[in-house]
Amino acid sequence: MNRKKLRGYREFLYVLPFIILVLIFAYYPLYGWVYAFYDYKPPAPLSKDLFVGFKWFHYMIDNDIKRKQLLQVLVNTFAISGLSMLFSWFPMMFAVFLNEIKCKPYKKFVQTVTTLPNFISWVLVYSIAFCIFNSTGVVNSLLTQWGVISKPIMFLQSSKHIWFKMWLWLTWKNAGWAAIMYIAAITGIDEELIDAAKVDGANRWKTIWHITIPSILPTYLVLLFLNMANFLSNGMEQFFVFQNSFNKDYIQVLDLYVYNLAMGNGGYSLSTAIGVLKSLISIVLLCTMNAISKLTRGEGFI
Amino acid sequence: MADTATKETIETTAEETVAEETITEESAPVVVKKHRKIDITDTIMSVVTYIVYTFFAFVCVYPFYYIFINTISSNDLSARGKITFWPKELHLTNYVNVSHIPSLVDAFQISLARTILGTLLTVGASAFLGYMFTRETMWHRKIWYRLTVATMYFNAGIIPFFITMKNIHLYDTFWVYILPTIVSPFYIVLCKTFVESVPKELTDAAELDGAGTIRTFISVIIPVIKPILATVAIFSAVAQWNSFQDTLLLTSSPKLSTLQFTLYQYINQASSLKAIVNSSTSASSMAASLAHAATATSIRMTVTIVVVAPILLVYPIFQKYFVKGIMIGAVKG
Repeated sequence: MNRKKLRGYREFLYVLPFIILVLIFAYYPLYGWVYAFYDYKPPAPLSKDLFVGFKWFHYMIDNDIKRKQLLQVLVNTFAISGLSMLFSWFPMMFAVFLNEIKCKPYKKFVQTVTTLPNFISWVLVYSIAFCIFNSTGVVNSLLTQWGVISKPIMFLQSSKHIWFKMWLWLTWKNAGWAAIMYIAAITGIDEELIDAAKVDGANRWKTIWHITIPSILPTYLVLLFLNMANFLSNGMEQFFVFQNSFNKDYIQVLDLYVYNLAMGNGGYSLSTAIGVLKSLISIVLLCTMNAISKLTRGEGFI
Repeated sequence: MADTATKETIETTAEETVAEETITEESAPVVVKKHRKIDITDTIMSVVTYIVYTFFAFVCVYPFYYIFINTISSNDLSARGKITFWPKELHLTNYVNVSHIPSLVDAFQISLARTILGTLLTVGASAFLGYMFTRETMWHRKIWYRLTVATMYFNAGIIPFFITMKNIHLYDTFWVYILPTIVSPFYIVLCKTFVESVPKELTDAAELDGAGTIRTFISVIIPVIKPILATVAIFSAVAQWNSFQDTLLLTSSPKLSTLQFTLYQYINQASSLKAIVNSSTSASSMAASLAHAATATSIRMTVTIVVVAPILLVYPIFQKYFVKGIMIGAVKG
């Protein structure tokens, strides 16, 4: 009995270094939220900074210009998240129709090739975008050669359709990978069900509509709920690499705004305040979506 | 070509449908009907599917191909956008040029070091914790497990994290790339799930033989959970290699620049690139023709290929591990 207890302690000691890492890198930064209530000037330690209470939370919206800027950032965030929500069926449909391809090697090839972009970084995506769409890139040179345009189009240095372009790049990068989950779900469908439908005279469309889609709908719902929970978090990397002085106003999503405020303008406390608000709303969103998921599907995802 | 082929298939299927109808009129057995029944919409759908997916595949492959053929073609033609589908005037000078840029060589070393070290430590920690968190004897096991896994669902945000790293003096050190990634809850969950599927008799037998916790872990658990470790290794290696944000946020000295970060600078800061172009042309290729002299485009594209190559090589070989990872994750998540 005593030996067992001793062993339990020893095992805890083995794990302890890792627990400390978790505490330092995941929990201790939460303490940094207090900077939202101070006037933090980088080299000075917290004890020398001024406690300002909720000043930064008022400061965000205390005049028209700031209100407008924050509103624009929110509009960008909502537009870009909204677009991906609106087209969230795309990976599902991608998987459904890919499954209809009978030639196995071709199917495998398409799957491998379309998941590849998921594994390269946003910097590389941007580099590729730059190489293809800059003024001497293949798109401009082909369009000029074909006589469609006389002057190169500045695809990347413009704010036109920027939300849609961001969605396109995101889809280019993620759709194939997102489809894998659905492909697995489709593989799990009972063959007998499909055979039975065929005997009943269902054609391919009907099989897709009445069997394939209903069986992968639960997967779709989970992913949709998760997406909604992350509505405010688009991440900053994609928008950071694509941002330039031409598109800055429309590409700045919340995550990027937080970064730009702090690193560009030194507004550490203000940007922490915005970050804290965002985190709190995100937690509420996560819990809400989890509850909705429990209600509709009988199980949550946390 | 494709169009005529399409028409032909449609025509043949139309004929088949007619033939099939006559058979039905002669009250053929149901089995025959089932096999012969191909309607036109089906064929059109197949053709459209093939065209659309070929387009998707093209969109995903061509960018890589395009950049690659530009790096091995005449730099003069490439800079003027003349290389689109086929390489012209092949040469490998670009790769030689790039290997002589000191900042790039340093960045490559940093990227390589963090990928190797980070992956080793992450895999080790995930395997060990995945196993330890199944040990029911451990003091308050559940609390520690929950404490760890809960971190999947929140983070403090980049600025508090940045300030914390400054406060604990990890800012602008190599370790800021490694230490925060060692304990990754998602990988731990993957490993734990796998360990749980290992028959209990295996560990019990080892312990009866007098093996302690660590000994059991090394000689019994590790060999059995190798497949999942491969998955974790691949994921974390790709993540380390691709990581960009930590360099941007948590380091300031150029010595710690990774390849990703250097590439970003090459694209966005034309001035830094120009200096390199000048130095490399004057140093190595005085006699070089216009076709071989480094240009901003050639350096940018060559570095892109260098950075993307490991992923392109690794991914097709290890694809099954990636898929396995997402599937186990999906079941748990």
